[in-house]
Amino acid sequence: MRPTPARLLNILVPVKRTIDYAVKIRVNPDQKGVDLNVKHSMNPFDEIAVEEAVRLREKLKDEIKSIKVVTIGPPKSIETLRTALAMGADSAIHVEIPDSAPAPEPLGVAKALRALIEKQKDGVDLVIMGKQAIDDDAGQTGQMLAGLMNWPQATFASKLVVDPATKEANVTQEIDGGLQEVKAKLPLIVTTDLRLNEPRYASLPNIMKAKKKPIEKVSPADLGIDLTPRLETIKVAEPPKRQGGGKVESVDELVAKLKEAGFLSKS
Amino acid sequence: MLRETVQRFAQDVVAPKVRDMDENEMMDPEVIKGLFDQGLMGIETSVDFGGSESSFTSAVIAIEELAKVDPSVSVMCDVHNTLVNTVIRKYGTKEQQEKYLPRLAQTTLGSFCLSEPASGSDAFALQTRAKKEGSNWILNGSKMWITNSYEADIFLIFATVDPSKGYKGITCFLATKDMGIQIAKKEQKLGIRASSTCTLNFDDMKIPEENVIGEVGKGYKIAIEILNEGRIGIAAQMLGLAQGAFDKAVPYTYQRTQFGQPVGTFQGMQFQIAQAAIEIETARLLTYNAARRKDEGRDFTKEAAMAKYTASVVAQKVSGAAIEWAGGVGFTRETGIEKFWRDSKIGAIYEGTSNIQLQTIAKLIQKQYS
Repeated sequence: MRPTPARLLNILVPVKRTIDYAVKIRVNPDQKGVDLNVKHSMNPFDEIAVEEAVRLREKLKDEIKSIKVVTIGPPKSIETLRTALAMGADSAIHVEIPDSAPAPEPLGVAKALRALIEKQKDGVDLVIMGKQAIDDDAGQTGQMLAGLMNWPQATFASKLVVDPATKEANVTQEIDGGLQEVKAKLPLIVTTDLRLNEPRYASLPNIMKAKKKPIEKVSPADLGIDLTPRLETIKVAEPPKRQGGGKVESVDELVAKLKEAGFLSKS
Repeated sequence: MLRETVQRFAQDVVAPKVRDMDENEMMDPEVIKGLFDQGLMGIETSVDFGGSESSFTSAVIAIEELAKVDPSVSVMCDVHNTLVNTVIRKYGTKEQQEKYLPRLAQTTLGSFCLSEPASGSDAFALQTRAKKEGSNWILNGSKMWITNSYEADIFLIFATVDPSKGYKGITCFLATKDMGIQIAKKEQKLGIRASSTCTLNFDDMKIPEENVIGEVGKGYKIAIEILNEGRIGIAAQMLGLAQGAFDKAVPYTYQRTQFGQPVGTFQGMQFQIAQAAIEIETARLLTYNAARRKDEGRDFTKEAAMAKYTASVVAQKVSGAAIEWAGGVGFTRETGIEKFWRDSKIGAIYEGTSNIQLQTIAKLIQKQYS
């Protein structure tokens, strides 16, 4: 009996260009947003996603057929794609929106990704994406995409093992109580958590190689989707400034102060 | 993107080690390996030889970004790329390139040996002697102030085959450590302490004749041309140094309050900070302009000298000011601000002293105007 050929896997890694994690965020005077005239980089959780895809290829070699990265963003987002290509992705797709367009929301992004996945001739077996973006901290896109595609999802992954022969994956998830291991059939959505890996620096030779890798430009209209926001931001404000604390001399005094502040019932 | 990558590498891998490397006067092997892994040790070398096939300006940017974190690491990368790699790329035979460029790009540190105890600015008064014996050259002499020499394995050595011919006897030889290079002394320095600076001795050292780079007697040409380029590299290092010191001290001045306000908001301080920023920008434009001219194939000798001179002056001024802006804290070794000032002093000395730069510029002006 001839052995079934191991299915070659196609990986899709969506990435987002966000304000760099080290930047000090300033709220705009109109209290509707933050100052965006600052340094931007790839969302750190998305870097972890790209790294994981590249590591899968280093481990499984030819069984990973392609690593595609995609971003939905303004013209400047192309830099984020280039960084991913320099880390080891094969090709990129830029769903370009104008600079003036409002930031896409998770549902819009998920719909765009669904449209893209359905357009891929070779199909997509594994979507690896960040668990959340550090600008909105929504943490929804992966889950929404899984719902739209009717695919299994393994979120907050701290370990990912893929078997192309059986088309299955084992994922260790970080949950409130500790760790949880799940097994899922591909195609699968995985969202990355912090401890999954430590992303590599793009070395200079890889940066040079990345210049030759293809970047396909697509518009939301090409995908037949509408990215109009459904949420309205009412107000953006800084957290209240921390007040100084006070020192107490005894447990009784502590209890009295807690009661005074309303943290304990006055019985 | 190159700038960002080097920045991140410098911040994550180099920055935590800077203080220890300086206090111990020793380059951490992991830093050296990191530079190789990032492709930063073969920046202009062709991909066929394992390099990154980027422009000279890319090298300048990498050197600048490294210097913002540690000028010692920066100079190591600079000498390796702009002096050692470039000599072999430009003057090496195909065989020499195939043999040495991949090693230099991927694993092995290089060193450039021109200066001697009795010849620095007067480089061509060098005395290291090379005598032909059969198919080998026998080298005898000493080199001094040699950067990277403690860790390097590939050495470009300038020696004279015939002292009676003056500078026309100078020849460039490529040697590997195992041919008999002896490290006589490692210097204890004021600054760039992690960068090894040693005196080397050659005692009847045998170098095969195929290791002559370029032609016998044409070594002086190689030296002049290469040091011209290296000048821009040093300018980049000094530029990064100035920026690094500035970036460390200025945020502190907006945190430290005295008399009810951040010290950086007093007008006297504001003016000093602004002037320092202007001077850094001046040095930056001179450096980038010289690099651009070189990449375009235009004459750049005067611009390179101007860039190196200015950048070394600015580096010293700004790093000195940075210490004062940070006050007592700036004077302690813990914050790392004072290190920039100590590191800056060498800028006016190596790869052509400031006086030599001024002389070079003056001679070119004289040629132009008379």
